[in-house]
Amino acid sequence: MLLWQNIAERKQEALQNVFKVVEVTEDTIDPAIWGKNYPRQYDSYSRTVDVERTRHGGSEAFQKLDDDPRWRILFKGYAFGVDYREERGHAYMLKDQEETERVKNFKQPGACLHCHASVLTAYQQTGVKAGIPNDAAHRQQAIMKGFEEVCAMPYAEANKLVSHPVSCVDCHDPATMALRVTRPGFINGMQVLAQSSDPLPHLPSVERWRKGSRKTPYDPNLEASRQEMRSMACAQCHVEYYFKGEKKLLTYPWHKGLKADQIEEYYDEVGWKDWVHADSGAPVLKAQHPEFELWSQGIHARSGVSCADCHMPYKREGAIKVSDHHIRSPMLNISRACQTCHHYPEQEILSRVNAIQDRTKNLMLRAENATVDLIKALNEAGKQGKNDEQLKAVRALHRKAQWRLDFIAAENSTGFHAPQESARLLGEAIDFARQGQIKLLEVNKPTGKP
Amino acid sequence: MKGLILWLAGGSIISMILWCLLGILLGAGAYTVYYGEGLSYLSSDPKACVNCHIMREQYDEWQKASHHAAASCVDCHLPHDPLGKWIAKAENGFWHSKGFTLQDFHEPIRIHNKNATILQANCVRCHQDFVHQITTIKPSESNTVHCVHCHNHVGHGPSR
Repeated sequence: MLLWQNIAERKQEALQNVFKVVEVTEDTIDPAIWGKNYPRQYDSYSRTVDVERTRHGGSEAFQKLDDDPRWRILFKGYAFGVDYREERGHAYMLKDQEETERVKNFKQPGACLHCHASVLTAYQQTGVKAGIPNDAAHRQQAIMKGFEEVCAMPYAEANKLVSHPVSCVDCHDPATMALRVTRPGFINGMQVLAQSSDPLPHLPSVERWRKGSRKTPYDPNLEASRQEMRSMACAQCHVEYYFKGEKKLLTYPWHKGLKADQIEEYYDEVGWKDWVHADSGAPVLKAQHPEFELWSQGIHARSGVSCADCHMPYKREGAIKVSDHHIRSPMLNISRACQTCHHYPEQEILSRVNAIQDRTKNLMLRAENATVDLIKALNEAGKQGKNDEQLKAVRALHRKAQWRLDFIAAENSTGFHAPQESARLLGEAIDFARQGQIKLLEVNKPTGKP
Repeated sequence: MKGLILWLAGGSIISMILWCLLGILLGAGAYTVYYGEGLSYLSSDPKACVNCHIMREQYDEWQKASHHAAASCVDCHLPHDPLGKWIAKAENGFWHSKGFTLQDFHEPIRIHNKNATILQANCVRCHQDFVHQITTIKPSESNTVHCVHCHNHVGHGPSR
């Protein structure tokens, strides 16, 4: 009898895995309402409240500045030098942002909410207030307009417009549940990236668009395959960005390509700096979690493996196959995340990942030491009365070293997303920092007769 | 009439109740076998292998793989001698049923050594003219190079 019931249950599951009990629309922000129709996805999404430490990261909000005090020196004069905690899971993205000293004690713009809140409805309504017609045909236009308006608002004011962290509607079409991208910053970013000449073999739809007429700008929602979408949904936010101009317009710096050097080239061209380093006087850059950019340089991307394949691997519940919405480190889920392709024991896979991450971490510490040494040397030279003209070239080297170091340090894979590229950048960071010190010896050479 | 029923049941109320229970049990069991398409497992039809949903992905992959036209599930996964075939079928059938009923198996599913040996023997069965020089070791010996170690996409297509 029990066996018969068990079989019957599985058969029913196989026949129907969605049971619609509520209507969801573009304005249904609350994930709990979607959860009524999609309980399995919602249950796993809700699990992102977990607190887990992995070897080099995880979702426990430890203070990185205490963990490695070198970063207090590296970020001196910038908000990150005050508070730099490991981010917790997706469920906390809005709360963590409201709580960080970087937002409480510094003036931040509404641009931040682009990625920390379910913000589409707020954008649309703000767009309508700015004069775009309030109907379905103009919805996207209103969102784009609202995005510009909200970016420029003070954070506290913009924060009143939102209530939930990123939720279902941000990646799924409510009518069809198809994956989609909704973030204006990403849509703009992909347009300029498609126009660049950086080879993107892992994004075949961009390569196809480049060969086409190019009459309309590249649009992921029209061009990208489902497998590409399984990465692009994440790439809406897990990227490097800056706030452009007085309006604080959130901008992804992909005009020349996705590589760290190409982004730096763009920043140099537009004359962008995140802050002037308090000790060295150099106009430095802050890298922000460039996961999409680094993953793009790695072997997994090249092999057609998407973010979701490892961070949201399929799981089975009874006879139903679901994407695991408990987004987390694959190291907490090795069997499903890795073993589908890599037929080795879990311990073996973990050891291989540890080897990559430990090497990256050791190289990163060397790059930190080198950059801190350069900062101290520059600070000393400034105290000795060396002027801006004399220090300009050395400060440029500090900017280069710090950018490469931070690009890998701020990226959330400790090198795993592209091990060789990470090592290359850290190697260059060390080289630029030491070059700077050598140059300083020249500057500090006593001139004239004693 | 009452006497007749009692006589059929062996003369006592208790044995009559036992007979009834046995009937219910046999009936429910038979219906479960029918409902679970139990008899289909005696066939060689690949569709029988997706009755229980676990093998759905493997079945889909096989349809896109190079051996689709040459071999069905049992051609690779069961021995080809009459006795060994039924022993392996019974053994795998038991473990599959247990695993899927109790949901206590490792995922992604992994082939066990015993079945890997059967699989290897089946590669050689068809391709022996071509590979006899590189398969001098018995497939059961653990140091054998298994064909699917490199040719892992022939049966189930590419792994993604």
